[in-house]
Amino acid sequence: MRVLYKRLSLTRLRTLSSYCCRWGSSRSADPHVAIVGSGPAGFYTAQQIIKGHPTVRVDIYEKLPVPFGLVRFGVAPDHPEVKNCIHTFTQTAHRDRCSFIGNVQVGKDIKVADLQKAYTAVVLCHGSSNDRKLGIPGEDLPNVLSARSFVGWYNGLPEDVGLSVNLDCETAIVLGHGNVALDVARVLLTPIDILAKTDISDYSMDALSKSRIKKVVLVGRRGPLQVAFTIKELREMITLPKCRTVIDLLTLSSLNENIDGEETNTHTVTIENINELPRPRRRLTELLYNAAVNPPEKYTKIWNDATREWHLKFLRSPSEIVPTSSKEGPEAVKFIINMLEGDDDPLRRKAVPTDETDVIPCGLVLRSIGYKGVPLDETVPFDTSRGVIPNKKGRVDGFPGLYCSGWIAEGPVFVLAGAMNNAFATGKVVLEDLGSSKLSSENKGGKDAVLSALQQKGVKTVTFTDWEKIDQAEILLGEKAGKPREKIVSIKEMIRVASSE
Amino acid sequence: MAVTCAKLLRTVCPKFLLANRSACLTAPAFLPSRRQNFLQYQKKRFCSSVPRLKKETVTLTFLMPDGERIETPAKVGDNLLDVVIENDVDIDGFGACEGTLACSTCHLILKPEHYAQLPEPPTDEELDMLDLAFDLQDTSRLGCQVVVTKNMEGWEVRVPAGVADAREPS
Repeated sequence: MRVLYKRLSLTRLRTLSSYCCRWGSSRSADPHVAIVGSGPAGFYTAQQIIKGHPTVRVDIYEKLPVPFGLVRFGVAPDHPEVKNCIHTFTQTAHRDRCSFIGNVQVGKDIKVADLQKAYTAVVLCHGSSNDRKLGIPGEDLPNVLSARSFVGWYNGLPEDVGLSVNLDCETAIVLGHGNVALDVARVLLTPIDILAKTDISDYSMDALSKSRIKKVVLVGRRGPLQVAFTIKELREMITLPKCRTVIDLLTLSSLNENIDGEETNTHTVTIENINELPRPRRRLTELLYNAAVNPPEKYTKIWNDATREWHLKFLRSPSEIVPTSSKEGPEAVKFIINMLEGDDDPLRRKAVPTDETDVIPCGLVLRSIGYKGVPLDETVPFDTSRGVIPNKKGRVDGFPGLYCSGWIAEGPVFVLAGAMNNAFATGKVVLEDLGSSKLSSENKGGKDAVLSALQQKGVKTVTFTDWEKIDQAEILLGEKAGKPREKIVSIKEMIRVASSE
Repeated sequence: MAVTCAKLLRTVCPKFLLANRSACLTAPAFLPSRRQNFLQYQKKRFCSSVPRLKKETVTLTFLMPDGERIETPAKVGDNLLDVVIENDVDIDGFGACEGTLACSTCHLILKPEHYAQLPEPPTDEELDMLDLAFDLQDTSRLGCQVVVTKNMEGWEVRVPAGVADAREPS
């Protein structure tokens, strides 16, 4: 009860103080901050700014009618724990100085420059909405998909709902060695009764339950010491029920080469060598090594009654995706075998092609070689090669009052905790500038000005209360199917539920 | 009126109580029993007719990144994440996954002599998450995995400067 009282009185005090300020002389000069994007970067930036300023009003704009970005549409359905951060985001959205404004496409419905006219500061947190391409023949064949779209497909992202995925084949190749690559492989290989209890979209469930895929091959251009995925995700794959792990034996010599600095053909990687690596890389490499060479019984027990398997292959760059004779999809992927060169630090070696090649047959290809940001509109500076907004500590170069955080600022290099850290740092920079005389809050109409402009354009905006109607509807739909929720996947339907009484 | 009440309630509700409302966001199977206990406990606290559960407490000190020292009571049997939440220790973003071993945001650093006294070493799963933590030390632990015991009286726990991990999107 004491905690409750404390929180109540604090809330009252805050409300009181904000009223005082509103009725006081500073009323017109209360800063307004617009945040573009409601994923982790957007919500954590909002949280930091609201916490650090007594009167600031923060409005979070979102392209879709539903909030939370990649927490809803990126995090794998079998990782519900990661989505717990939604509770904190919801608390932020319920603050009286915070508004969620969904279904507004900044750049199209309203320009960033127009937002800047209405707000003291604008923070761009719209993430990386595109993905890198391979640039090889056959990439545009049917069933050669980007892992990003595939993730969007099983997570009910409206733009990917219609993706044409054919799982009537035995082997899928995933190109890339990051966590997205492991995510898509895991979803393809997880027993269907486990997936059925998640919030995976019903049409993907349907397709996956008819899937004939028995084998998923993950191929990367570098070696085992350069993998980008992390140990939690690797351990999950190794212990995936009814699935065998096969780690390419060729890699062991490359592991040796990397650690000893000289080429050997024997598989004698010793733990002392691995011990010289930083702890995270050491533990990851140990797990890879043990799974490949010396799997403990707890792993082999799972593998012995496996009906599916995943292979981890290294040092291969795809050179061509070979179509079937009818060109209805891929038949195989041709690879050039690489060797590692360069840097003394084995973790930073580069892949260089050799004369050797390899061909792996498959019926589905998923490319997972990185996400890339795209600019919202021409009023924002952009580094097209890196896919990020050029910035210093979150301040957009040469644009006072414009900030960025998350993937669009740093590239797609971190997950939740990293996005949080980055967002907090950007939030602090915004607070610093709000406290200085750098930014003016005079004549900033904030949300009211923008909403009336949007209304004139016929844009139907969605509030957080509206989202909560969608949320409830989804949970109700999920209950019927024995799932935590059944996502509504059509924007039209989202708006209909949001507008309902 | 009902809407206003609900909104007010949400504003004043502790984080984990709110979690109950939308518990269906997460698969119940994955929820640790600890949180259920916490909710049960919260319910007890709201009911004045039931005497407040007296639990043994020790005093812990959190050493904040800016040098501030926050002394706080800690109930024996709670974990360090519970302690931070219950006592409103203000650590930005602490416990994002709410104690489900899915992030590294409740990372804390213990003194070597204290670390050695903990009854259980970290599991592989905890180490896997710690490996993504910023400022990882040999005596790092996740707060959600360290249970307060009687012998922790006066322990000092360092809060690392920030949280960061360098992995690709998941």
